[in-house]
Amino acid sequence: MNVLKIATAGSVDDGKSTLIGRLLYDTKSLTEDKLEAIKKSSEQRGYDYLDFSLATDGLVAEREQGITIDVAHIYFSTPTKSYIIADTPGHVEYTRNMVTGASTSQVAIILIDARKGVIEQTYRHFFINNLLRVKNIIVAVNKMDLVDYSEDVFNAIKKDFEALNAKSTYGEQIVSYIPVSALKGDNIVDKTDAMSWHSGNTILGHLEELEAQDVYDSGKVRFPVQTVIRPKTDEFHDFRGYAGKITGGSLKVGDAVTVLPSLTQSKIKEIFFFDKSYNEAYAGSSVNITLEDDINVTRGDMLVKTDELPKIEKQVTATVCWMDSKNLVPGTKYIVQHNTNRVLSKIDSINSVIATDYTGAQENKNKLSLNEMGEVSIKLSKPIYFDSYADNKSNGAFILIDAQTNTTAGAGFIN
Amino acid sequence: METLINEIEPQTTANTLLQGLGNALENEAIYIFREVVAQFEKPVLLFSGGKDSITLVRLAQKAFWPAKIPFPLMHIDTGHNFPETIAFRDKLVKELDVELIVRNVQDSIDQGKVIEETGKYASRNMLQTTTLLDAIEEFKFDACIGGARRDEEKARAKERIFSVRDDFGQWDEKNQRPELFDMLNGTIEIGQNVRVFPISNWTELDVWSYIQKEDIEIPSIYFAHKRNIFLRDGLIWSAEDDVVFRAEDEVIEERWVRFRTVGDMSCTAAVLSKADSIDKVVAEIRDSKISERGARIDDKRSEAAMEKRKQQGYF
Ligand SMILES: Nc1nc2c(ncn2[C@@H]2O[C@H](COP(=O)(O)OP(=O)(O)OP(=O)(O)O)[C@@H](O)[C@H]2O)c(=O)[nH]1
Ligand SMILES: [Mg+2]
Repeated sequence: MNVLKIATAGSVDDGKSTLIGRLLYDTKSLTEDKLEAIKKSSEQRGYDYLDFSLATDGLVAEREQGITIDVAHIYFSTPTKSYIIADTPGHVEYTRNMVTGASTSQVAIILIDARKGVIEQTYRHFFINNLLRVKNIIVAVNKMDLVDYSEDVFNAIKKDFEALNAKSTYGEQIVSYIPVSALKGDNIVDKTDAMSWHSGNTILGHLEELEAQDVYDSGKVRFPVQTVIRPKTDEFHDFRGYAGKITGGSLKVGDAVTVLPSLTQSKIKEIFFFDKSYNEAYAGSSVNITLEDDINVTRGDMLVKTDELPKIEKQVTATVCWMDSKNLVPGTKYIVQHNTNRVLSKIDSINSVIATDYTGAQENKNKLSLNEMGEVSIKLSKPIYFDSYADNKSNGAFILIDAQTNTTAGAGFIN
Repeated sequence: METLINEIEPQTTANTLLQGLGNALENEAIYIFREVVAQFEKPVLLFSGGKDSITLVRLAQKAFWPAKIPFPLMHIDTGHNFPETIAFRDKLVKELDVELIVRNVQDSIDQGKVIEETGKYASRNMLQTTTLLDAIEEFKFDACIGGARRDEEKARAKERIFSVRDDFGQWDEKNQRPELFDMLNGTIEIGQNVRVFPISNWTELDVWSYIQKEDIEIPSIYFAHKRNIFLRDGLIWSAEDDVVFRAEDEVIEERWVRFRTVGDMSCTAAVLSKADSIDKVVAEIRDSKISERGARIDDKRSEAAMEKRKQQGYF
């Protein structure tokens, strides 16, 4: 496992950006010119310490207000791994950007301000990470310097979080607790004498030890077709390849496959990656596949193993995270993009608005507003071929596109 | 035959594209290229002749093999090129048998659309935007593929892979579309277009390592060579070709240098280096204490230089 994608979570000012800046600084990933720029800005702002959040808060509006508004992607590497960290905003108003950052990550670092403990935003962000089935969670109790590095404070917060964790619906999640000071650099990369009572890992130490099974769940192989490759040259006159990225498991030459939605059957003839052919390719590979039979396959179709068919239906129920300022209401039409397949859809009903504090469903207002989550039933004009998100992440998620504004208005996780 | 395992874990639910170093980034980029061709009618690859756009070309080749690259390359020529890059560009285009479109900043100047900057820090980098937007309109391109990376600069770190621009090429940084999972939404209205960044998640070192691993040919100025230079503001400027303004008191010296990025000559500084092979360059980048953009004067104009340029339609 050598690339790890991480997202931060936690409330405003809990120190997410600072923690990332610290990680960069302490792993010597900040180049001299970038460090110089941070020093200069910190001085200009009259701070008597280095404000490492300036390493990630790149927009003018963010630097002015000292908050994160949109996701920033930050890169650093150690001899063991390359890390991609999505620094997400803590403000409720920007929850959709937090969901966006979390949707591509394998590990979440949830920060908690040691002075404030577990608060509403902690609930919400943990809930979202449950929903997205982010397998590995680090709870970083930050600003320990402001509570005299007290073990009691840490333990009390840990206990509160454990109570929260008991309510999680995602059983395989692995939660670790680390007391830190992002500002001072305690337990970020280096262990600290200030908290010798903490026998566990530092943040980086924990990340370095993660193996594939700590961040992945297994699933069935799915191959959504992106585009058809027809060279029409003398050399490759009859070549017809299906380009796409394998998800879930692996595909082999000779595998009996079914094309969805036509249900036509064939066998895999060749698997190309660029100009080399392979007899097997695993998830994550962007390959070009040819079939034994000359059948009709187009973008939006999906190849699956014949004995592992997904559900093929014109109706889905999903948990939807709403990301648009225009409310989601029944009867409206949206385009569902599910993998490479796009289908016009109608919102049938909004069955519930989900409280992100684990108290269960909220009163149903029959609509979803920006940053709310709810269970939604959707009718589709054509079938989609899906798994539940719990069974297969990549084949169980979709986005909703507003047909008028073209914007991505929501994300769905199929039940 | 071999099995294609990208140093990845069998049995993964790939909601993320990245499942192994190097190869995983490559897979992600190929995936993005294919989405572009599937979702847009008239894409174009913006080709500067620099290492990032050369890397893009290789990835595009891989994405569509055995077919040819299914879109043209376009060079927005500032006229301030290193001669080596132009020769290189023409050779590459010939080898790949793809269409090359060139549009010149000089023409925009001659048409009175932009005014040439003057003085010590004069550069044509900003002027490119006008020429680019005109070309997009001329050809009705709906997607422009570029080699920008998120690790380059703090405003870039915020950018989506599919970045929607309005009629004026403007980036609305506070109102970007959410980009969830690996699903890319390229739906746009007439007049809008999308800037696409397939190597968003690559770092400078990733690019160099890829060039090394794939044995990709790059222009010679990326390797150490002797050059007449002068120093200004702690940066090293080329004193050849008369493109960079040089005051009389700025003395010319001959040094071993190479370039880490190849943009407009007037804003691209060199670094002292003896790295004359790709292996040595990779080793040098690995140990480097200065970022790539540390050698670009256009970013130093102000703390928010990049964000401002992007709002105006800069690549
Ligand atoms: N004393 C102390 N202050 C800290 C620590 N970590 C962060 N801070 C301060 O807390 C403030 C907020 O830090 P940020 O890193 O911007 O917080 P954030 O979580 O990224 O905030 P948003 O992105 O807006 O949600 C800054 O003034 C930091 O210097 C810490 O460990 N100790
Ligand atoms: Mg922040």
